[in-house]
Amino acid sequence: MKFDYSILDDTERIIFALRALYDARGYRRYKMSKFEEYDLYARHKDFLVSDAVITFTDTNGKLMALKPDVTLSIVKNNPTAPGETRKLFYNENVYRVSKGTNSFKEIMQTGLECIGNVDTACISEVLLLAAESLRTVSRNYALEISDLSLLSAFTDGLTDDQKVMGQMMKCVQEKNLHGLTELLGRCEETLPEKGGDTSERGRYRERAEALKKLLQIYGCPEKVLPPLTKLCAGNPAAEQALGNLVEAVSVFDGTPMEASVQIDFSCAADMNYYNGIVFRGFLDGVPESVLSGGQYDVLMRKMGRQAGAVGFAVYLDLLERITLPED
Amino acid sequence: MDRMLNVALPKGRLGEKVYDMFARAGFPCPSILENNRKLIFENPEAGVRYFWVKPSDVAIYVERGAADVGVAGKDILLEYQPEVYELLDLHTGVCRMAVAAPKGFAEDPMRTLRVATKFTNIAMDHYASKGRDIELIHLNGSIEIAPILGLSDVIVDIVETGTTLKENDLEVIETIVPITARLIANRSSFRFRQKEIRRLAEGLAALV
Repeated sequence: MKFDYSILDDTERIIFALRALYDARGYRRYKMSKFEEYDLYARHKDFLVSDAVITFTDTNGKLMALKPDVTLSIVKNNPTAPGETRKLFYNENVYRVSKGTNSFKEIMQTGLECIGNVDTACISEVLLLAAESLRTVSRNYALEISDLSLLSAFTDGLTDDQKVMGQMMKCVQEKNLHGLTELLGRCEETLPEKGGDTSERGRYRERAEALKKLLQIYGCPEKVLPPLTKLCAGNPAAEQALGNLVEAVSVFDGTPMEASVQIDFSCAADMNYYNGIVFRGFLDGVPESVLSGGQYDVLMRKMGRQAGAVGFAVYLDLLERITLPED
Repeated sequence: MDRMLNVALPKGRLGEKVYDMFARAGFPCPSILENNRKLIFENPEAGVRYFWVKPSDVAIYVERGAADVGVAGKDILLEYQPEVYELLDLHTGVCRMAVAAPKGFAEDPMRTLRVATKFTNIAMDHYASKGRDIELIHLNGSIEIAPILGLSDVIVDIVETGTTLKENDLEVIETIVPITARLIANRSSFRFRQKEIRRLAEGLAALV
């Protein structure tokens, strides 16, 4: 069968280009059924972008759902043996509530998952593929990378109140330094006041200042890593997380993607499912992130797996207005 | 510079005050001061384009990337929860979100509280956090007359000086949250126009 490639529309060209990219890296295509038992989503509601799901009753009386998400199905259907690593990519329609119209919409999504024995090399490879995916679609792109374990090392113990912690995380995600300062100030006031700088308040103030500094550190790894290393010194959990982050982003050294990578701790993900490295991709001219992903070992544990996982999704519906590069 | 920095400003007194701060922060655009009905003004030398929009729409322009940055009241950010960066508290446009009721109002905890407001999400969150059962009445303006006409028991609205409340025999019974104007930025624009946005934020920070 022969045909002229110019017949393809932009979305099709992106799908094929990404498929070729993932295939060349040894990722196998994973094709799945359109439906999944609703129970899977009911148990992991918070993992979904929105908790609205289209459901129907199958002929055998089971409550089924049109897939709102692919990752959960991939994890469920791919048990890995100890030491085994599975690398899969997919190109599927998902059904989600669209923000603008508040009604269900079919969204074409492509992405990949690496599950099982996931080491830093796997994480680096996924980061690299995320950047290459963006580069395939536009030359003007940015990949922002954060590390949730590093962020936790700075936020742990600042408050016992889950609601206040939620507000703090929101401030971090919004780069809202004034809001964070106010929240931390309020928390500090609840502590007992006695002694000088060695008192509980003094120590709290130091930790609060460290978090505020962390929020202000962002940009390319070359610029960010020296002050970040200084800030993490003396905090073992932060130092360990930083070590992993440094190793993971070193994959970009000397590549054309180096200039488009930014470390930024405002990059968010739900800590009930994600841990470690998380990232988001942006294209100039598209107002929201077109790619998101990260390590989700916590989800794996919740699903009863003793294995690691990392992956990302590209939201093809957001790429409609992009002009593709010539090649 | 490849492209101008797009700035959405809230139409009205606050917007004029804020423009003055932007100009002093290194992003002047003198044509904006001409008294005419134009809505878009640009200054290619300073690399900036301003446009006036309805204050409650600023967050939409910024969230959807039509503007790279903008100035919106905290009330709008709390009500619509746009996915934007909140870079700076400009400490201007100071007011508060408050619950107001007719003078001498005594709340009956046995009844559902009827609340009239423009800010339904803020009101809902406020009462949900107290576990209070309420009935929401969404109005678009002249909220103050709702309790007078018996449409609602209380109102949730912005209070600046309190003059309007006083003239309608209402008083503040509870402050929900203090409000000021904030500098917000689109998350994608922030990646690609980081240098200009940082220069603007730092210039403004020096003024507040």
